Amino acid sequence: MILQKDIERLSAGSNETFVLNLGPQHPATHGVLRVKLTMDGEFITRAEPVPGYIHRMHEKMGENRTWAQFLPNTSRIDYLSAMAYTHAYVAAVERAAKIEVPARAEYIRVITSELNRVSSHLVWFGAFLLDLGGFTPLLYAFDDREKILDLLEGLTGSRLTYCYYRFGGVCNDIDAGFVEGARAFVTYMRPRLLMYRELVTDNVILRKRLIGIGFIDRDMCRRYGASGAVLRGAGVNYDVRRAEPYSVYPQFNFDIPVFPEGDCMARYLVRMEEIAQSLRIIEQALDGLPEGPFLAKGVPRMMKPPAGDYCFAVEAARGRFVVRVVSEGKDIPYRLRLRTPSFSNLSLFEEASRGMMLPDALALMGSLDLVIPDIDR
Amino acid sequence: MTPTLTEIAKAFSRVLGVTLEPGFSAEPGGGASANSGITATTTSSSSSAPSPATTAPPATQASTGTAVPAGLTTPAAPTAGMIPSSPIVFTEHASRGWHLDVTVTAPQVLDTARLMDRLGFCLDMVTGVDWMAQQAMEVVYDYLHFDSSVRVVVRTRVPREAAEVPTISEIFPGANWHERETHEFLGIRFAGHPNLTPLLLPEDATFHPLRKDFVA
Repeated sequence: MILQKDIERLSAGSNETFVLNLGPQHPATHGVLRVKLTMDGEFITRAEPVPGYIHRMHEKMGENRTWAQFLPNTSRIDYLSAMAYTHAYVAAVERAAKIEVPARAEYIRVITSELNRVSSHLVWFGAFLLDLGGFTPLLYAFDDREKILDLLEGLTGSRLTYCYYRFGGVCNDIDAGFVEGARAFVTYMRPRLLMYRELVTDNVILRKRLIGIGFIDRDMCRRYGASGAVLRGAGVNYDVRRAEPYSVYPQFNFDIPVFPEGDCMARYLVRMEEIAQSLRIIEQALDGLPEGPFLAKGVPRMMKPPAGDYCFAVEAARGRFVVRVVSEGKDIPYRLRLRTPSFSNLSLFEEASRGMMLPDALALMGSLDLVIPDIDR
Repeated sequence: MTPTLTEIAKAFSRVLGVTLEPGFSAEPGGGASANSGITATTTSSSSSAPSPATTAPPATQASTGTAVPAGLTTPAAPTAGMIPSSPIVFTEHASRGWHLDVTVTAPQVLDTARLMDRLGFCLDMVTGVDWMAQQAMEVVYDYLHFDSSVRVVVRTRVPREAAEVPTISEIFPGANWHERETHEFLGIRFAGHPNLTPLLLPEDATFHPLRKDFVA
């Protein structure tokens, strides 16, 4: 029997809230991230991310080993974007020690970094769709990614945590087999992107889950320091490859995909378009690959960069990654600061998710493309 | 609004109460070269006088054996641990990674953050550096501009044992996590911070692993 007082209580709306723990072992957080949600029914009133479960103190490790010994660490910060992270670190030390990198080495760095970006975006694509409840795209995406991993494994010996770049170049030259394989991948991947558009992007269920969900505007990005696809999906034409040009990127024609809507769909479309642009860069770099040495001569085995502090920023798959080194002119760094994109991109989640429904907030979190060790370092 | 590098430097000089030398200008396009003539001098304005608690320690060479003679350094590459001779210095992006290097006192951190906010800058990161030999803690704020790509570094020094700077998390909410991280790793306090608890370390952690005298 329904009592009058029950009807009054239910229709008046309750101001009761409850705490819901998302993670640290929830599959939608892709790793060990805990989010403490204060819920009002299905709606989020407050979301407090609790990172740090796999904190390893890379910055301290940098202070007790030589400059070269830190190289393997760089690929374990964001394990999906290892090439770009190693690039930022070696380039910061090269900037400090004024080492000239041969052109061929820079081309090889661009080719491998862009291949790595495509493979990272494919993981995001598959995992994001999995978050939203679509299982099939993951199988396609991992199949395509496997081809990149095989290529890079043949070159570097690793499938994920590459330690391929060295101060002054790369550790070994690419051969005809790699060039052929990279060309074949570009040819193979282009029709796949069309297939993804028909299979996934134009799918009405996906569009209803993403369009108009999880708004992040330019000003929020600015106040929180968000970067990467989050920023470009908020209509800001900012890419470190253009803003602070590095390596040989200025020599290539490529577009920076920008979508002004600021919703989950915009961030989705930015990354899908970035795959196509990376393929363009790889193709041009393979065409223009110069002959010559792949490693600068005369780089000392024991680096001692001149005293001072130096920064180097790269556009990693998740956004702006900056290495700030402080040298005292010794064989070990005095201070090593790693500014990671996932850290800043997650910090806006509390504000962006306020008032959202829980399933939509998971779409928002997936569209940020978080890698948890990148946050925790 | 996309301010030029010279406009930004002039805005800083107004906020910090310093005068720029005549002929102070930067090359267009943000490519300021490492010329030594572009520096600012401190005036005896009361607004820029550092408070006793935040007096910068003397710029003595670290007793750690850094063998760089003082005369050999240029503004583009100051010796590690040394305080720049001038509060506003243009640096060469290609050799350092940013365009403008500004040294302020701890209370001025707030004014410079407000200025950066007004000029449409974005907070990139907050970094702490422990200069144990000089008994100082350095806090470095990295800013960037989306449209003009200008990179600005604002740095301040506080005594190592009473390291405290005002929080800028009210102005840039992104600084909230960066300041929590700097606090837990280095023990630098951010006055006025809403929640200065460990972020990446365990919630009951009382140690500061990036301090140079930290023993695991």
